[in-house]
Amino acid sequence: MFTTNPFADLVSIIPLNVIQGYVVLMAILVVGGTILDMIHKKSAKYFFEKGQKAKADRERDVGAGEAVGIAISTVVVDVATSGEFCNPKRRVSHLFTMYGFILFLVSTIALTFAYPDRTAPAIVAQLWHLGAAMVMFGGYWFWFFIRVDVAAEGVPWYRIVKADMFILSLLGTTTFGLVWSLVQASGAGVWTTVFLGLFIISATVLFGGVMWSKFAHMFFKPAAAFQKRMLKADGSNQNLPKLGDLSDPELQKRFPDIPEYMGTNPPNMGPGIKREAPSHY
Amino acid sequence: MPTFVYMTRCDGCGHCVDICPSDIMHIDKTYRRAYNLEPNMCWECYSCVKACPQHAIDVRGYADFAPLGHSVRVDRDEEKGVIAWRIKHRNGKKDMNLLAPITTKPWGTAIPRLADAPAPTKEQRDSQLLYNEPKYIRMDDGDIHTLKSNGLVMKKGVQY
Repeated sequence: MFTTNPFADLVSIIPLNVIQGYVVLMAILVVGGTILDMIHKKSAKYFFEKGQKAKADRERDVGAGEAVGIAISTVVVDVATSGEFCNPKRRVSHLFTMYGFILFLVSTIALTFAYPDRTAPAIVAQLWHLGAAMVMFGGYWFWFFIRVDVAAEGVPWYRIVKADMFILSLLGTTTFGLVWSLVQASGAGVWTTVFLGLFIISATVLFGGVMWSKFAHMFFKPAAAFQKRMLKADGSNQNLPKLGDLSDPELQKRFPDIPEYMGTNPPNMGPGIKREAPSHY
Repeated sequence: MPTFVYMTRCDGCGHCVDICPSDIMHIDKTYRRAYNLEPNMCWECYSCVKACPQHAIDVRGYADFAPLGHSVRVDRDEEKGVIAWRIKHRNGKKDMNLLAPITTKPWGTAIPRLADAPAPTKEQRDSQLLYNEPKYIRMDDGDIHTLKSNGLVMKKGVQY
């Protein structure tokens, strides 16, 4: 069941070039939607203007080698391990949806272009199913419990707003895709068509609705994370104050309240308000 | 001036929604990022600015202490137990950094156990002084400060 290519049976109903054309069309919609989104929201313009403004406040220049190091740490921490999230549950949930989506996407391309027939290696089909299941796990966890509307705003999980378009279409694509594959394998003809239809509708909304959803965050978030690290390295740091080392005698001389009330070697005070999740709405 | 949110920095964690005493920080229904839904009801307490882990909330300070084009930013570091402010004028000539402690002991370790405090005596109950107040906020060293004890006399009429 999980080792067979679900698109192999689909070829008997829909010609292969139509399936491949649909995948290409979705890729074009993502690229086009992202460009339109950038033009409409002027996000790129704002992003570069902010960078130029911060240049005037910098305290030192960041060299090319250091910039490469910052880019690597951005990829490792902010992109690969979703380091931006301060809520560990949200971070784990995001990692499941992110890697699940990548697996689902790459294996879909492999199953429709490289192995469109029954010759697909079992591992590729397994990864397709695993990717869908990972997105569902992380996504439903987020939807029912972690989503800020539910966790901080006290909104019931079934209240849907425009911001939910991305997560709902993503969950729809993977859930209906997985159910379609299972129903197709069990031989239930009508239900196969129903879930195939739902799968196609959700995927079209997901990839075609980039301009109205937060799909493009996977492109601009890494850029924003890189800029944030660069601003910290060049000293402009969004005009934030410097905390410094509290045990430094120079700092203690400048701010005598620190040694007077906290001692000459202040301990780590641990988490304060972060000891509790924000749920006191 | 009220708070505003840099939406590209906000990750929608909800700390500002949770802490706002005026209940005006909410999550935008389109972008799922925080925003100040009623800026004219904001009393600039800076709670959300200090609570934001992403430094995504800012306040436009009043022109009398920070002229236009200025920047007033704060970093409340709970693990270090300090709060730092930076006030920068638009011409860059005034760039002031301030640092102050916000706790002297690790968070949650020095919560007074009021239930264990001894009950007030009859004399304390009949006294005008507050019972069991920390000594730092008591103003009654010796006795209650009065006009008489300070050698002052209430004058009639408006005095300038």
